[in-house]
Amino acid sequence: MAGCTATAPRVEMTASNHRWRKAKNVCMQTLAFMCAALVILPLLLVLFHLLSQGASSINWAFFTQLPKPVGEVGGGMANAIAGTFILISLASLLGVPVGVLGGIFLSEYTHRRLNRWIRFTADVVNGVPSITWGMVVYGLVVVPMKGFSTLAGALVLGLMMIPLIMRTTEEVLQLVPAGYREAALALGIAQWRMILQIVVRTAMKGVVTGVLLALARVAGETAPLLFTAFGNAYWTHRLTEPIAALPLQIFNYAISPYDDWHRQAWAGALILIFLVSAINLGVRALTRDRFSRTAPQILMPGHHVATEVQPPHGTAG
Amino acid sequence: MDNHFELGLDDLRQKLLLMASHTETAVNDSVQALMQRNHDLAVKVRADDDLIDRFEIEIDELAIQLLTKAPLASNLRLVTVAMKVSQNLERIGDESTKIAKRARDLSQEPPVKLSLDLPRLAGLALAMVKDALDAFVQRDSAAARALIPRDKEVDALNRDMHAALTQHMVAHPDAIARCLDWMVAAKSLERIADHAKNIAEEVVYLCEAQDIRHNLKRG
Amino acid sequence: MEPQADQRIALAVRGLSIYFGHHAVLKRVTIDIAARAVTAIIGPSGCGKSTFLRALNRMHELNPDARREGEIRLFGDDIYAREVEPVVVRRRVGMVFQKSNPFPTMSVAENVTVGLRLNGMRDKRLLAERTEAALRMAALWDEVKDRLQAPAVSLSGGQQQRLCIARALAVQPEVLLMDEPASALDPLATQKIEGLIVELKKKYTIVLVTHNMQQAARASDFTAFFYLGELVEFGPTTKMFTNPAQKRTEDYVTGRFG
Repeated sequence: MAGCTATAPRVEMTASNHRWRKAKNVCMQTLAFMCAALVILPLLLVLFHLLSQGASSINWAFFTQLPKPVGEVGGGMANAIAGTFILISLASLLGVPVGVLGGIFLSEYTHRRLNRWIRFTADVVNGVPSITWGMVVYGLVVVPMKGFSTLAGALVLGLMMIPLIMRTTEEVLQLVPAGYREAALALGIAQWRMILQIVVRTAMKGVVTGVLLALARVAGETAPLLFTAFGNAYWTHRLTEPIAALPLQIFNYAISPYDDWHRQAWAGALILIFLVSAINLGVRALTRDRFSRTAPQILMPGHHVATEVQPPHGTAG
Repeated sequence: MDNHFELGLDDLRQKLLLMASHTETAVNDSVQALMQRNHDLAVKVRADDDLIDRFEIEIDELAIQLLTKAPLASNLRLVTVAMKVSQNLERIGDESTKIAKRARDLSQEPPVKLSLDLPRLAGLALAMVKDALDAFVQRDSAAARALIPRDKEVDALNRDMHAALTQHMVAHPDAIARCLDWMVAAKSLERIADHAKNIAEEVVYLCEAQDIRHNLKRG
Repeated sequence: MEPQADQRIALAVRGLSIYFGHHAVLKRVTIDIAARAVTAIIGPSGCGKSTFLRALNRMHELNPDARREGEIRLFGDDIYAREVEPVVVRRRVGMVFQKSNPFPTMSVAENVTVGLRLNGMRDKRLLAERTEAALRMAALWDEVKDRLQAPAVSLSGGQQQRLCIARALAVQPEVLLMDEPASALDPLATQKIEGLIVELKKKYTIVLVTHNMQQAARASDFTAFFYLGELVEFGPTTKMFTNPAQKRTEDYVTGRFG
């Protein structure tokens, strides 16, 4: 150490317990790794099991044919797959506008006490078991209509989407810095315009993400559909008729005594997993694509961002 | 950082006071040397002028440094006044040196047979210097203002002396060199009084932010 | 050298008091802001200068607890009259903020015209004209004329702030309020902004809040000193910084507090 005088005390560069501290470090690292593996393991097990049980049953017939009558071998889940898509689309017609507008209200219009109650209610409702939802809609819609229907199924899924989308929308809008709102208002832009065309537009990726995640969530709901959509062995032609859905079909087949139906249930479960995964991957693709340009600006307006910036690796989308 | 700046301002004030005190001593000594025909004192005054010159340089340097810190209001006026006052003090020092030189020369020669009112002229000039510097130290704007008309008296006295000496030179050509020395000394005293008046004007600016120079009808 | 200001008064403030809840942030401020001149507002943190600035275009109303007393007239029009909407006031009195905030989802050109488009202007040719005019006024045209469609956030910090100025100018306000516009910028960018302010005052009335007294001395014609919510002194900048009348002003300006 050049420059130290002879009288200065020598500072040890290596601690005496260095080896013990290194060992502790390695120990903790291993422990953390094992815990992480413990989390991923079940997921891998599920996927593996699904693939092994269901992959063989996936064929063209599965996607195009209706279920065969009881006892007969063969057939597919065409109507259930289509049914799931129809149900979540219809549910979005209710869930997305109400949820997004509700989120906008919570975020942008400050009535402190009212907003606090709305948020609290939304959070509670988010925790309500889905079967309860099914029973509510059963009582409110199925009984008066004297029958199960697509409408009822879409309604229950839509209702479940509302608090989810409302909260994610609100959170994402809150991430938009106040500076943008002020700048827009200072230009003499009306508040509602400012909210829609500046704030929501800036947070659009986040809003879409929230919607897609809610869709993925309700796509897999089974219990509420038991009381509302009920399931259908054939194609549905009217909204007032019951409709088949993947989770319902899987449930029915799984508890049946027929091996063929069990096989198809596995396949159905695999399809469902793929559907949900596809939505999630879509979300990642959407957000990562824009990450290098949008996210830093949402977090730090006024910060200079060069267009050549590389998106950081390993960060969540 | 403000502390640093305040320290700088204090340093400036101290240097000015020191320079003022040296200058006052120089004027007093040079007049004394002249009156008492003291050769050694005259030499001392000339040697001490270097110190006064160095003070001017130091004060100017410090003032420039302080200006980079962008002083405002009274601090700004202090810094600019310091530069002007140091310049005036340095000139007073130079005039004292001139008086000392003439004193040295005159002390080698027999005295001139003429009753001159030089002591009174010197006294007025000395008083003006002292009062101007006191006004600066006390930040007394009224005293500074009172000083300014006194310059006229000094000018008048100088003119009278000049006339008297001219007459004497015509009558006694052998005394011409010595009379010229006296004229220069008197002129220097008159200039010293002018510089004292300038200092008084700067004091008024420092205290009142009024610029009363050049007799313009303001303030 | 006395500032050559338009003789008219752009903003006449009379007895303005602003309360946030029970706390009085501004107390009975009365001041005349001269037209086509730069008025700087200085004072220590918490003296109310930002609140005062925001009261000039009713932006303080964004705080739900805000309460106002007193009157402000913009070229004779009462901006707080019952039938006057804040939106209208803000189109006549623009604002530039401390942290530049160009909208990230829009290009340079879109940012400049956002105030016009979101208020209904559709004419593409007119929008293009206003874009160029505003960017020229903000001394940014030459630097961005070849990348008007580039994302606004790809500009440097100083350019972004000038873009925000152009955005505010595109709406053609009469008064421009600037809340410490250069405090987040490096010295060179700051210089550009100050030069810009001196140019802009030929057409606009500018009110500039700054904590930097040298900036106020360089860029403004008049200076107002606020302390603890009160207007302590107001006058030509040169006088305020060479020989202020109030002792509190003198103390602040010479750095004895704040």
